[in-house]
Amino acid sequence: MNKTYHRVEQIAGNVIVVQADGVSYRELAEVASTRGSSLAQVIRLEGDRVYLQVFAGSRGVATDAQVRFLGDTMRVAFSDALLGRVFTGSGQPRDKGPAITENLIPIGGPSVNPAKRIIPRNMVRTGIPMIDVFNSLVESQKLPIFSVAGEPYNDLLARIALQAEVDVIILGGMGLKHDDYLFFRDILEKNGALSRSVLFIHTAADPTVECQLVPDIALAVAEKFALQGKRVLVLLTDMTNFADALKEIAITMEQIPSNRGYPGDLYSQLAARYEKAVDFEGAGSITVLAVTTMPGDDVTHPVPDNTGYITEGQFYLRNGRIEPFGSLSRLKQLVNSSTRDDHRTVMTTMIQLYAAFKETLEKRAMGFRMSAWDNKLLTYGERFEEELMALSVNIPLEQALDRGWRIMADCFEPEETGIPSKLIKQFWPAEQAADKTADDKTDKTAAK
Amino acid sequence: MSTNLGRIAGVNGNLITVEFENPVIQNEVAYALVDDLRLKAEVIRVRGNKAELQVFEDTTDLKIGDQVEFTGELLAVELGPGLLAQVYDGLQNPLPALAEQSGFFLQRGKYLQPLSRDAEWEFTPKAKSGDKLFAGDTLGIVPEGMFEHHVMVPFRLRGELQVEEVVSAGKYKVDQRVAVLKDAGGRSHEVTMVQQWPVKIPINCYAERLRPTEPLTTKIRIIDTFYPVARGGTYCIPGPFGAGKTVLQQLTSRHADVDIVIVAACGERAGEVVETLREFPELTDPRTGRSLMERTMIICNTSSMPVAAREASVYTAVTVAEYYRQMGLNVLLLADSTSRWAQALREMSGRLEEIPGEEAFPAYLESVIAAFYERGGVVKLRDGRTGSVTIGGTVSPAGGNFEEPVTQGTLKVVGAFHGLSRARSDARRYPAIDPLESWSKYVGVVDAGDVAYAHRLLRQGNEVSQMMKVVGEEGTSLDDFLVYLKAEYLDAAYLQQDAYHEVEGATTADRQKHVFGIFVRILKAGMKFEDKDAARRFFSRLTQTTKDWNRAEMKSDEFKQLEERISQMLAEVTENE
Repeated sequence: MNKTYHRVEQIAGNVIVVQADGVSYRELAEVASTRGSSLAQVIRLEGDRVYLQVFAGSRGVATDAQVRFLGDTMRVAFSDALLGRVFTGSGQPRDKGPAITENLIPIGGPSVNPAKRIIPRNMVRTGIPMIDVFNSLVESQKLPIFSVAGEPYNDLLARIALQAEVDVIILGGMGLKHDDYLFFRDILEKNGALSRSVLFIHTAADPTVECQLVPDIALAVAEKFALQGKRVLVLLTDMTNFADALKEIAITMEQIPSNRGYPGDLYSQLAARYEKAVDFEGAGSITVLAVTTMPGDDVTHPVPDNTGYITEGQFYLRNGRIEPFGSLSRLKQLVNSSTRDDHRTVMTTMIQLYAAFKETLEKRAMGFRMSAWDNKLLTYGERFEEELMALSVNIPLEQALDRGWRIMADCFEPEETGIPSKLIKQFWPAEQAADKTADDKTDKTAAK
Repeated sequence: MSTNLGRIAGVNGNLITVEFENPVIQNEVAYALVDDLRLKAEVIRVRGNKAELQVFEDTTDLKIGDQVEFTGELLAVELGPGLLAQVYDGLQNPLPALAEQSGFFLQRGKYLQPLSRDAEWEFTPKAKSGDKLFAGDTLGIVPEGMFEHHVMVPFRLRGELQVEEVVSAGKYKVDQRVAVLKDAGGRSHEVTMVQQWPVKIPINCYAERLRPTEPLTTKIRIIDTFYPVARGGTYCIPGPFGAGKTVLQQLTSRHADVDIVIVAACGERAGEVVETLREFPELTDPRTGRSLMERTMIICNTSSMPVAAREASVYTAVTVAEYYRQMGLNVLLLADSTSRWAQALREMSGRLEEIPGEEAFPAYLESVIAAFYERGGVVKLRDGRTGSVTIGGTVSPAGGNFEEPVTQGTLKVVGAFHGLSRARSDARRYPAIDPLESWSKYVGVVDAGDVAYAHRLLRQGNEVSQMMKVVGEEGTSLDDFLVYLKAEYLDAAYLQQDAYHEVEGATTADRQKHVFGIFVRILKAGMKFEDKDAARRFFSRLTQTTKDWNRAEMKSDEFKQLEERISQMLAEVTENE
């Protein structure tokens, strides 16, 4: 019933043009030439000219290739059999398991009606104080990790995935190094989490077009699990590769670029994916954690910039630590009021003091004499970095808060912190402060 | 009338090219027919016998040759009682009703009537037969929540109209006839409670436009005292991501001293709309004691919803705002974010292959922005009452750099600028409005001379702080250091405000006047200290006491005690002089 076309009019980039009729927008086609066959998707209709984006790339496509339209849009199989499996960006098995073809669901479906969403209210505990105390992660949040090449962002992602209490983990890898893919698979397997995970992996060696499909496939599957009442955590790494794949296609299609070659709809494209994060009323939830590497460590680069406007905060991973400045969880206010009375105050005060510490560091670097206050800040800043910021620290929230009070009490007089008097009365560890002031004095004399 | 049909000749994203035979109108609404769905679209360019249409939905499955039905009507909103407390998408589809019909997801091609046809409204006639009226004049009123909703002469009718009949008081549905009017040409028009108005045309059935002079209190100290907004004025909040634009908008929507708040969530996160959606019905409006939702309407076209509808959403919102202004009410329209709207324009412009302007935004961007903000304003109605539309738009500049086309185009046309800075938000100094860069042309709630003094002090404090970075604290004189400490104190205890504290979160105009008076006294006082450390210790104690004071209920004993303590502290350091 489906007609086959033999005449390819144009091949440019990964896009081919054929003359055909009765083709619908976004329909899939199979492009077969002597060098093999690939799926392709309609991305533009212009009279009887049909533009197709070839998933496996246009290399090896002959002008007399057979193009057969399939009458359907891109779909992916969905069943519990997906769990524990690894697939490519177009949904083919990457492990040695059988292909799954039952119960096909469309990808890139419509967005959730805002009236059916509920306010996120469950904190996801990670055991990382920089997240739990200062920027709590919330179920159904979408949050990127801004980082640069060389930082341990994949390790951080894996650690959060293993410690977070979720039912299903879906990993979407885009342009992943093969080593990194194996790292994820092994760490999930070693910790017994592979059986509740589904991996969609596009490695750097695979065709670019498949990279574009990864988030859609991963999120379509996540959505189905969530509708079954599961709490799903979706990990996407690295979204910058996804954006670059979009750029490549846009340029091939001769679209007018807006910013550094990226298409004008980059924001909408990214948003369509990130906005899949949701807490369904009466069903499960999707939490999205994504890695965005910043080319040249530049946060104003279009990819991190647009991402930042879409997501509900971001974590900056720099020098192996989550930076307190710039990192933000927009939803933390929804959960940190019900953890412990002092949570918000500790959070704000410690960061303000840490900011003052940074200023003092600058002053010291310029060779100025340190005042008594500066010295206090210096002790504080170092302890803060060592005892709370280091990624190796793995303690529950309550313990982290106590540790915060201890550090502040050891370094400052209560009124120097600007903490409301009521909380000081309740939480300030009194005796400890006295001991430590003595220590401080000896420190200072030693320094002199 | 036979339907005007065309055929699809091209599909490129959400832009379709349609061949037509009968005349079409620029910006008219059309429907693309696919399977059994009707996808709403708008004509945005005509070339020869081909019209280009932006489709407000996902265009998947459209084929060459598919039919398109032109309606001959411009994109319009439905105006009538029942708009308040509603949640609409950019095309005025009621989202809760859609959710009831199609569940979790927004199915394309589903359009519902914005106003309920079953609800009955208690109509009281105000005009009588024989009256001579003009468009926008009141025919009768119905109660809508806490407001008197005016049923008006339809805005589209021109010239003087004679009332032939007005129905008697009683319960009516929105599409039942409530009056019959006769125009100068002798034709009669039947009037119901509901009317349509094209969104891109301003409603101007008022007598005259006035200058905005009255302050609009937001209960945010830095805004009301330093960079005030006027009723009927316009302001913008540009800022990098994470600087707190949306939180600021949410606080304003909660506390602003206006009758009606319209929130246009345009291309932003759905989660934020949900917060408003779920929390407002639970919150009470301190002015009226009723639910905040009763005075709120939400237009929400979040970032993952179709882009073309995003462009329409701000117009839908401002048209509704103008409609309520016409009833003599004060309306605040909060648009978050106008950059997303501008980006929607850019996406369409790109698909139309127009010659791009700066950063690929279309060349007409500035005039479109200006035309939008100009729809705000205070107006005097024909019966002497006044109404206002205040527009506050956030801007999300790429890279947080204000030198980009949307921010610059907006700054030219607004009356106040609340620039958010990354440095302040990183230091957790909220609200992160930059006190040195922002400005306002409106009159605030406290004495302008005092504000100028405080502002000068902030500037000097900043200069000293910059200087200290070079010459160090030891190279700074005690006097300069005091200026710096005073500026820091003003910043910490007045400009910064804990939005989540139940008392401090909303500071009334009266309280601001009172508190700011004391601040000015402290700032102007000559103080004497032994050394810088003593001065710093004093100010950290003073800051803490003042922060406690901010958190105390204004009528409470605690408030009075703390105020006294502050005066004492001040006296102690000024005595030595």
